[in-house]
Amino acid sequence: MAATVVTVTSGKGGVGKTTVTANLSVALAMLGQRVIAVDTDIGLRNLDVVMGLENRIVYDLVDAVEGRCRLRQAFIRDKRLSELYLLPAAQTRDKSAVNPEQMIKLCNQLRPEFDFVFIDSPAGIEQGYRNAVAPADRVLIVTTPEVSAVRDADRIVGLVEAEDKGPAKLIINRLNPAMVRREEMLSTVDVVEILAIDLIGVIPEDPAVIVSTNRGSPVSLDGRSPSGQAFRNIAGRLMGQDIPIMPIKESANVLDRLSRFLRG
Amino acid sequence: MTELVTIKGTSEGLIITLGSGSFETVVGEMEERLASRASFFRGGRVALRVGDRSMSVEQLQAIGAILERLGMTLWAVDGDHPSTHVAARDLELEVDLHPSAPPAPASPESIPLEQMGGILVHRTLRSGQAIHYPGHVTLIGDVNPGAEIVAGGDIVVWGRLRGNAHAGAMGDEQAVICALQMQPNQIRIGSHIARPPDRSWRPKAPEKASVQDGGIVVGRWKKSES
Repeated sequence: MAATVVTVTSGKGGVGKTTVTANLSVALAMLGQRVIAVDTDIGLRNLDVVMGLENRIVYDLVDAVEGRCRLRQAFIRDKRLSELYLLPAAQTRDKSAVNPEQMIKLCNQLRPEFDFVFIDSPAGIEQGYRNAVAPADRVLIVTTPEVSAVRDADRIVGLVEAEDKGPAKLIINRLNPAMVRREEMLSTVDVVEILAIDLIGVIPEDPAVIVSTNRGSPVSLDGRSPSGQAFRNIAGRLMGQDIPIMPIKESANVLDRLSRFLRG
Repeated sequence: MTELVTIKGTSEGLIITLGSGSFETVVGEMEERLASRASFFRGGRVALRVGDRSMSVEQLQAIGAILERLGMTLWAVDGDHPSTHVAARDLELEVDLHPSAPPAPASPESIPLEQMGGILVHRTLRSGQAIHYPGHVTLIGDVNPGAEIVAGGDIVVWGRLRGNAHAGAMGDEQAVICALQMQPNQIRIGSHIARPPDRSWRPKAPEKASVQDGGIVVGRWKKSES
């Protein structure tokens, strides 16, 4: 069985690529899938920290590509889920240490061993981005409901469309329903209207994400947090399950209208 | 393209091979290469290989002077051209580096550790920064997570060690790692690897890591142990 290679990218930095990669990898592994998360942010790696595996790194992606170790030696098995692995980036090198052809070759070696290969892309549209997208079967574009992030996402949609990757899917991260209700934030509808691509999930803004990131324990593992549920739903959709997008109450209710009316 | 200058370390000392190119270019390159790692090469003795290049007494003296300025001594010249031989003999330099077989290609690692000495680095080593040095490394400052020190000998961090450190990287299991605050991501000595427990902790005293009974052991860095 061959894995699906899914690249998570955004253009803009700080919108949650690494958080999304870690959580979808965890959520799919919880659904019994064999998953490897690959960090291509060489020189600014983070995925290992977010997954809490930083101190287990012996070899990395660049070591594997340059033949200093066998590919399997660079895998780090997750400490909680036995079907989840991490392939970390090198920290003391830069993006030019690997090229897109090498990434395609590497992913082809990973395909027979996994159900999903998740690639965490660096920000930007330069070589790091090209390395991350080259081997992808599917591309997930992460944005936050901010004009700047949506602008960069639009740029990425255009770049992905130019390649033969199939239609990219959109994840809106850190949506704050209360702010949308007060019309202080772009709504899901606004973002989808601008980008005109299929939405695969909306992650509500959730302080639990910050806590879990600092602890190195992705929020998907947390059964109660709303963001964890949103990630698990996206994982189900990636497996072809028909799960409706979680209704995040965005439309103004009577109280909001009243308060806005009173504030003038 | 062949390199203008190659520098190899062997148990006999350094062997510097001059490639093709004008004398000025090649010697300039050699000087630059040596000067960029001056502390590493200082005290070394040098055998020069010049191939079929013809070297005059003046040229050899010029090279000898450069080496001397960098704290190194020229002891032998190996070349095919007869006039090179004559010039070398005039300067009382050896002309036969390898009476027997040609040397196996050696890397700087084959220089014995005792000849390496150590370096002192005075700064904070931040994520993505690395010090790779064949001898001992002393760092005054912190090693942040994501930074690494790889040393052929011992590593002393006069500060917090929160990144990675690899002592005895060429196989010396006697090497040690010392830090005022030992909170590394990972430490390695020779071929051993250790990582701290997953719970967070804060060491109360300076600590030293060494290999004991086939594993890395971290304990208090005692005054009595130098």
